[in-house]
Amino acid sequence: MSTEHALPAGAIAQRPDALASRSQRDLSADRAFRWLVTGAGIFVLVSLFAAALSMLWGGRAAFSTFGIDFLTTTDWDAVGKKFGALVPIYGTLVTAAIAMIIAVPVSFGIALFLTEVAPPWLRTPVASAIELLAGIPSIIYGMWGLFVFVPVMSTTVIPFLTTHLGPLPIFGPLFQGPPLGIGMLTAGIVLAIMVIPFISSVMREVFLTVPTRLKESAYALGSTTWEVAWNVVLPYTRSAVIGGIFLGLGRALGETMAVTFVLGNAHHLTASLLMPGNSIAATIANEFSEADSDIYVSSLIALGFLLFIVTFVVLAIAKLMLMRLSRREGN
Amino acid sequence: MSAVPNAAAKAAVAESLYRRRRLMNHLALGLASAATLFGLFWLVWILWTTLLNGISALAPSLFYEMTPPPGETGGLANAFFGSIVMSLLAIAMGTPIGILAGTFLAEYSRRSWLGETIRFINDILLSAPSIVLGLFVYTLLVKPMGHFSGFAGAVTLAFIVLPVVVRTTDEMLKLVPSQMREAALSLGIPQWKVTVQVLYRSALPGIVTGVLLALARISGETAPLLFTALNNQFWSHDLAAPMASVPVVVFQYAMSPYDSWHSLAWAGAFMVTVFVLAISLIARAIVARRKVAND
Amino acid sequence: MTNLNLAVATSLNVTTATQSQTSSAKIVARNLNFYYDGYHALKNINMEIPEKRVTAIIGPSGCGKSTLLRIFNRIYSIYPKLEAKGEVLLEGENILDARYPLNRLRSKVGMVFQKPVPFPMSIYDNIAYGIKHYEKLSRADMDVRVEQALVQAAIWDEVKDKLKGSALGLSGGQQQRLCIARAIALRPEVILFDEPTSALDPIATVKIEQLVEELKKDFTIAIVTHNMQQAARCSDYTAFMYLGELIEFGETETMFTRPSNSQTEAYITGRFG
Repeated sequence: MSTEHALPAGAIAQRPDALASRSQRDLSADRAFRWLVTGAGIFVLVSLFAAALSMLWGGRAAFSTFGIDFLTTTDWDAVGKKFGALVPIYGTLVTAAIAMIIAVPVSFGIALFLTEVAPPWLRTPVASAIELLAGIPSIIYGMWGLFVFVPVMSTTVIPFLTTHLGPLPIFGPLFQGPPLGIGMLTAGIVLAIMVIPFISSVMREVFLTVPTRLKESAYALGSTTWEVAWNVVLPYTRSAVIGGIFLGLGRALGETMAVTFVLGNAHHLTASLLMPGNSIAATIANEFSEADSDIYVSSLIALGFLLFIVTFVVLAIAKLMLMRLSRREGN
Repeated sequence: MSAVPNAAAKAAVAESLYRRRRLMNHLALGLASAATLFGLFWLVWILWTTLLNGISALAPSLFYEMTPPPGETGGLANAFFGSIVMSLLAIAMGTPIGILAGTFLAEYSRRSWLGETIRFINDILLSAPSIVLGLFVYTLLVKPMGHFSGFAGAVTLAFIVLPVVVRTTDEMLKLVPSQMREAALSLGIPQWKVTVQVLYRSALPGIVTGVLLALARISGETAPLLFTALNNQFWSHDLAAPMASVPVVVFQYAMSPYDSWHSLAWAGAFMVTVFVLAISLIARAIVARRKVAND
Repeated sequence: MTNLNLAVATSLNVTTATQSQTSSAKIVARNLNFYYDGYHALKNINMEIPEKRVTAIIGPSGCGKSTLLRIFNRIYSIYPKLEAKGEVLLEGENILDARYPLNRLRSKVGMVFQKPVPFPMSIYDNIAYGIKHYEKLSRADMDVRVEQALVQAAIWDEVKDKLKGSALGLSGGQQQRLCIARAIALRPEVILFDEPTSALDPIATVKIEQLVEELKKDFTIAIVTHNMQQAARCSDYTAFMYLGELIEFGETETMFTRPSNSQTEAYITGRFG
């Protein structure tokens, strides 16, 4: 190394005054930036609570006018200005329940297939394809449901159900009615198709976190793949699997467009799953622009508030369940 | 009692048990494969329907004619314009706040209760029903202003962009090795400069992916626009006035009884689907390339 | 405990006495204690880092050698719940004093890390980035400074044709020398090396060691290493630490041939650690 490059060390430090003022500026800039990012973080926090409060405020007229009747009555009368939300609440719960009954076992099957059954070369492409389903906008599901799936339901599926399940005792009333195609069963199925990608990709990810040595020791005892999945993988990931299911449930409860297309917007309470019904989100989407009185608008916003509270609780449970597994992973 | 028949009986029991277990295994794995086929079946069916109906409805006039009144032909030009304007505005508003909030979570709130709370709330916002955000912006902007507006639509979409960007920024910054921070800080460079000039650069591909995913998500959003931007049958670039968007037009036209409107709805649905899938694929490609570069 | 400290102090005095003609202490740690969230990680450290010499800090993992090094430029302070008590004097001034400007400290004390971490920028910008924070230089002056740093870090010949290329395309050893160039571009007085070769192959390691040898003409160097041969090869002084305490400090040659402490001897001869 040539000596000309061996410069005196500490050339910069020989100007302490300049450095001190620079240091001062750096400090205040650092402080300003810290405030900026903290402000942005708090903005996220505030926006959620502001959303809740604004809907509580917007819905206050409905809550104060109808009180508890808002939750327990079925009248939805724009002319008489009498609003009860039982029909949409019932419809939301029933469609979400149908969706989960279909989606949970299917998602478990898909996750199992993608982590234990499929040959490795097949896993990534299939997983990506299923995840693509999650990216398709819900309005596409709605249109497909209305134009393609509803006719199939009304010409084949529903006649089949009414003839074979309709006469049954107890369950029979669920499957009686004209083959309209639109209705709660159709909406539930479309919802199931929508949430399957969400639930299955969460399940797949948590199944992948199971330590190989755990699975190997079960295989070493002579367990079959199914036994390993059922007795080792599922217990190990149980809380996160429940979290994934609740995540899907949160989606199903709040989904608007896919349901609006195929639910029928009917404010009647019927036992039959084949009859048109309504859900909270579909009611708001269908009627908001037509709402002609303050109490009507307020009732719709109050519905939004209910939906918000319910999904918040469901999603919070989902998040806590998922955190349990990742905390164990972290330790 | 002799030992020999006992052993034989034991073997027989083990054999039948084993057969039953194997049968159960085959049944379960068969069902798992069937479930996957079931999932893929809907994907193919939905995409196929959209493709078929969409392509047959495609025409150049889509891009230069306005949305028509019932029974007449026309295009979706004003809806495309409205969607593009509102989406870009939403990205422009949501991304900076999202990146800053994500920075707070990853860099400035290690293990603090505030950071954990915000991360928790953000994850809930991420999956919260978008219709709720629409109602929020309705009470926040539309009601006080007295009319629906493109700006209100953009703000609603920005609230959907926000949690996506917060989450990806947080995660991508956490992936930057801590030695990168230490190396930059040990040169005496202040933390904000290290964050903006070194860490952001390192996390850039990931953040871009997050923004793209957010764009994909809002470009198909319908419900929250119904109470904020509403719709507009005509060309409008006035952000203070109601503004058309592709998803809202698709909704309105698909629910109508007119065939010409149905065909426009399919064309719009097709365009939105193609756009969303293209963006998701690009985002995936960026992530995949980054993974290769890191290995 | 007291006996041990006495022993260390004695050996320190001996060392300083013999070396005082050629080298004075650049950094002095006095009664230095370090706490990690209440855990007492460094216990009453007293030592001197002689100027323009290479001082190696060795010891089994978890002994606090990296922790000690990371106090010398206060890099530990970016994490919460870490606390250093006592004094660390750099040319007589206590750098642990909150009033000591952080960027003055960091411009005087550079650091090179275990894993080479080039910034996601071009090779040229990796070097210029730090300089820009302290000085406003013309394009030509900056070119000179960047070249000087790269030459001094013995990597100029390998990168001079691709200065605008990404630094992430370099090999591990080249990246580490780039990181050294980045540190010396600020013309610091002290350079801290935190296990600089543990992520490198043997050939790259030799190059870094030769470079360290070369750099001590201009800089005071402290190097943490888990590799005793490395300490023996390239250091003038060695500090042996164990369980958060400084067990022995002295000239490397003495330490490796006639350690005065039985624990040091046990470690050096490979009986534990």
